[in-house]
Amino acid sequence: MAKIIVNQEKIKDIDEAIKLCPFDAIEWNEKEREVGITAACKVCMICVNKGPEGAFELEEDDIYIDKSQWKGVAVYVDHDEGQVHPVTHELIGKARELADKIGHPVYAVFIGSDIQKQAEDLRYYGVDEVFVYDNPAFQDFTIEPYTAAFSDFIDKVSPSTVLVGATPLGRSLAPRVAARFKTGLTADCTILDMKEDTDLVQIRPAFGGNIMAQICTPKHRPQFATVRYKIMDAAQRLDKAVGKVTNCEPPKNLASAIRVLDSKAKEIEEDIADAEVIVVAGRAIKKEEDLEMIHMLAKELGGKVAVTRPLIEAGWGDPKTQIGLSGRTVRPKLMITCGVSGSVQFKAGMTNSDYVFAINKDPNAEIFQVAHYGIIGDVYDVIPELLAKMKKSEEVMA
Amino acid sequence: MKTLVCIKQVPGTTEVEVDDNGNLIRSGVDAKMNPYDLYALETALKLQEDQKGEVSVITMGPPQSKEVIREAYMMGVNQGFLLTDRRFAGADVLATSYTLAQGAYQAGDFDLILCGKQTTDGDTAQVGPEMAEYLGIPHVANVKTIVECKENSLIVEVEMPTSIQTVEVNFPCLITVEKGIFQPRLPSYRLKKKTKYQEITELSLDHFKDINEKRYGLSGSPTQVERIFPPEQNTTSERWEGENLGDKLYQTLVDLKFLYENK
Repeated sequence: MAKIIVNQEKIKDIDEAIKLCPFDAIEWNEKEREVGITAACKVCMICVNKGPEGAFELEEDDIYIDKSQWKGVAVYVDHDEGQVHPVTHELIGKARELADKIGHPVYAVFIGSDIQKQAEDLRYYGVDEVFVYDNPAFQDFTIEPYTAAFSDFIDKVSPSTVLVGATPLGRSLAPRVAARFKTGLTADCTILDMKEDTDLVQIRPAFGGNIMAQICTPKHRPQFATVRYKIMDAAQRLDKAVGKVTNCEPPKNLASAIRVLDSKAKEIEEDIADAEVIVVAGRAIKKEEDLEMIHMLAKELGGKVAVTRPLIEAGWGDPKTQIGLSGRTVRPKLMITCGVSGSVQFKAGMTNSDYVFAINKDPNAEIFQVAHYGIIGDVYDVIPELLAKMKKSEEVMA
Repeated sequence: MKTLVCIKQVPGTTEVEVDDNGNLIRSGVDAKMNPYDLYALETALKLQEDQKGEVSVITMGPPQSKEVIREAYMMGVNQGFLLTDRRFAGADVLATSYTLAQGAYQAGDFDLILCGKQTTDGDTAQVGPEMAEYLGIPHVANVKTIVECKENSLIVEVEMPTSIQTVEVNFPCLITVEKGIFQPRLPSYRLKKKTKYQEITELSLDHFKDINEKRYGLSGSPTQVERIFPPEQNTTSERWEGENLGDKLYQTLVDLKFLYENK
């Protein structure tokens, strides 16, 4: 392990030197009468960089990692005031599959306030051990206390792999913790697999999405990956609880430079991410009023309307209904794309849909590569014909 | 108040292809400023107008990345730092964040560091938080509104999945801002002329406090790209052409039980 060396003669002001460390790892050793580094040191290099010239130095060895010392596939329990985000169950499902390949346990780390009941409930999803940091200091999400608890979990348990949901909170917390352990983090993985030597195979769209990259973290542990909601299959709820819940003593220093002053619920918006049927309008829609037929079709199917980037740019849609890398990831049972060309950035947001029907005039349109049913035709012919047929069926019933 | 904005030059297009040997072919050499960074820049400039103070920008990249610093100058930024060194090449999130943190130490003491939400070429949204960790300062991600800038702190609104939080964070800190926090200004012709010869500070690894090459670029990157490949294509697809496609679609939706036929 790399460590910090103190050059005593370069330190002029001992109190100032002690204050440098955000982890209180620099201390005055009365016995030796010198400044020392304690086991709390994270080798964050702040003393080296911000301290007096030459006072703190890094001594390091070549990187070597004993992978057998790191065991377990851990899932961060994403929640909003104790309400567990469903991405957590999806990650537990995936963690189980990955852990079984190498005979590792599945862990969950749950940081919050008043969360015992929710922690117990996770045992119904096949988690071997739920590590709980339950403290009023975790009532609101602030970055320093959450990072401290998460790091404490890693120090204690040494998991080989850590999976975090790519929610706004997860995207803020995972990099912070990964940087603290100076390890690799791969964002928005769409496929995860496990090698025999416990290296996590992380596959994600790269360079905007029309190329996939397979990424590994061969010399560092833990290996962090984030996964978006609706990418993995959720773990099935079991009839009986398994595993156990372990309450952990929170780290001592839970101070934060951040205060949550107010929190107000957002107006509940229609979220296309939860829709089972989505009809997508693309660039082939020539006029804003032509969107009417798209809305009619969605209504008939009990679904929602989504749009692609060109329509957002034209101001014809709410950006919250945009599908793709810069919009939402969706996984409906049925998707009908109407005049969508199928750009890489769009495809990255919908490839896991169960049934994709694509309507496009251009037989070479990219969208046909991901469609189960490629309909080579003009949306202005196909949709009205379909709507007419639906209407006729209703009249029959009436 | 001293503010530093992290910016990046990204490809003008995300269209890339792979040749027969699996190597990347980047079509189109157009480069531009990462669009999300414009919102961070605008936020810094708005705060500067209210608070007085200086706005600096920092970027890591090849020498041509100077173009984005020039563009920032045309928007009203006072100072620019380019971190450029062959040894920085091939950096992943961790090595990039470390390099930017090292550069920030050299660039001065900042009260506030601003980043865009993410880049359009990497889309990871992770460099900001990792950089804050390396600098030992708090960070707040997903900032959608600046409520108030006080002497020693900043009050902001944060977009959470089901709520909007109002949060006060002490300086020094790092925030990442959402698209649309302010409408970015256009580069000004007057400033373009005025800043044409303005200096850009170039920093290489030799200027940093930590000169260990192992922590930069490819060798400082824990993650390794093992292979790149085109996405799997759907092989089970059916293709329909010709007449009465709407009827056929209707029948298939009925067969798959998405519609109920009334007979």
